[in-house]
Amino acid sequence: MNDIWILAEQCHGKVLPVSFELLHRARELSAQNGGKICAMIIGSDIAEAELQSLTDCDAKLVVALEAPELEYFLPEPYSACMLEIIRKYQPEIIIASATSTGKTLMPYVAMKSNTGLTADCTRLDIEPATGLLLQTRPAIGGNIMATIKCAGFKPQMATVRPKSSPRVVPVPGSTGEIVRMKISGKMLFSRVVRCGFAPETEDINLQDAEKVVVIGRGIKKAENLPLVREFAAALGAAIGASREVVDRGWLSYSHQVGLSGKTISPKLYVGIGVSGSIQHLAGMQTAETIVAINNDPEAQLFKVANFGIVGNLFDVLPQLTARLKNGELTW
Amino acid sequence: MRIIVCIKQVPETKSVKMDEKTGTVIRKGVQAIINPLDLYAIESALILKEKYGAETIALSMGPPQAVEALKEAMAMGINQAVLVSDKAFAGSDTWATAYILAAAIRKSGGGDLILCGERATDGDTGQVGPELAATLDLPVATYVNAIESIESGHCRVRRLVENGVEELNVQLPGVITVVKEVGEPRLPTLRGKLRAKAAEIKILTLAELDVDKKMIGLEGSPTRVVKIFRPQVTRNGKIVHVADEKQLAAATEEFFNFLHTRGVDLP
Repeated sequence: MNDIWILAEQCHGKVLPVSFELLHRARELSAQNGGKICAMIIGSDIAEAELQSLTDCDAKLVVALEAPELEYFLPEPYSACMLEIIRKYQPEIIIASATSTGKTLMPYVAMKSNTGLTADCTRLDIEPATGLLLQTRPAIGGNIMATIKCAGFKPQMATVRPKSSPRVVPVPGSTGEIVRMKISGKMLFSRVVRCGFAPETEDINLQDAEKVVVIGRGIKKAENLPLVREFAAALGAAIGASREVVDRGWLSYSHQVGLSGKTISPKLYVGIGVSGSIQHLAGMQTAETIVAINNDPEAQLFKVANFGIVGNLFDVLPQLTARLKNGELTW
Repeated sequence: MRIIVCIKQVPETKSVKMDEKTGTVIRKGVQAIINPLDLYAIESALILKEKYGAETIALSMGPPQAVEALKEAMAMGINQAVLVSDKAFAGSDTWATAYILAAAIRKSGGGDLILCGERATDGDTGQVGPELAATLDLPVATYVNAIESIESGHCRVRRLVENGVEELNVQLPGVITVVKEVGEPRLPTLRGKLRAKAAEIKILTLAELDVDKKMIGLEGSPTRVVKIFRPQVTRNGKIVHVADEKQLAAATEEFFNFLHTRGVDLP
């Protein structure tokens, strides 16, 4: 049994995109160990079409664990569900996304299952000689990468950084079994009750955004924010901030990128007046393309940038915004 | 009410230097500090102590010098401190760490509320908090950005998630991991520093804890680091300088051409 399980996540019955990133990972692992790709999804009344979207992408077995109480993540009932999957199917490997759910549920389950867990992996492989999962992750603020193994314990568990792999696309002719498990009784016991929810109204989800414009101390004062907002809007990018900007109260903590904030891995990162401390780099250096705009040529961000503009951002930004807006960008 | 705050002493990340030849971290001469994210857990405990009255205990696992981190927590206003320290604990992964901390918490009389920082800035896993909850069989709330109230054995918190903020009611005893919005950590006071200096820190060793020796330290940890390497961070990108209007126009064109070659879709 080399089965590779993913934790597919849902919101209001819709499978979340991170699930397809995990299926991409699972497919890579399956190519190395020949294991069957399986998905568990926990929720309430998930439509058949949503479950099929997973089997369409090479999942050979999808188990939906359902109850009205499971609509939203709660640590204890969700753990009970994952523990039930472990008991019944004895997975070799379980991977989940390093989301607020994955990063809470996985450690809770790993502890209860007496097995190891590796956080925030950016790379997963199978060791040919042993068939064990090689889990590679950044540590010490992204200064080093560590490869970690969990020998002698099952399942081998890892959380994977969102956006660290592409999403799988449907495989023509792919079919799989769908199993629905109705959950009831003491598995639903929870000492945490969700009594309300306030959706994030500001901007789009930073971690899901393909393009992110990050504001650093170089913008000098909050009054200069509109300049960057206008550029970000024209570019279709979400807005992030360095720690200095959040500490000064110019933007809320939800915007903070870096070690003590969010980890992002967008297609395009544009740092505006961002110096690029080690803590900040740890939260963005896996971005596909990095652009730095800063008047200080010594800014660390230039070192990790694919493209850099050394200049006064108050001159450069309006020019870039104007160029984006006048619509002459055709190739 | 008893509040236990779990803290970790970590190297100051800003001063972490790498040995370029071996790709390992140079620890020598690096200042050790309280994990910056644990300061928010300490602050939360102190706010609750002021609001409801509580006995606050800082708990840390680490080498003998981690006493300094505990003293600093006491200087901020934490009542007592316990250091969990034994050579046998060295090399513990998050599973083993949570297992040992849980034993230390039981030994110390338990707590109504156990507070942790979101994660430590060295290991950077964020796993010990939820693992601690699991091994103590307690409820857990992670990524908490506001502790609103404690009433009739329940703690009302706000939890920061990807698309918004959840409002949760957590039955106590329970484990809560906090993020930086919970409050700005206060500075140690002079009186606090003097009190901390005079205070005796209780040390728990292997002999005093009810743990299975086969489940601790490097040997007892389910996970093992098998390789460490230095990531390639420098991208040697193209850098253009803008000092006048002409260079600005050229840089603008080059910027958009560059995005095009990198396959970035523009609106």
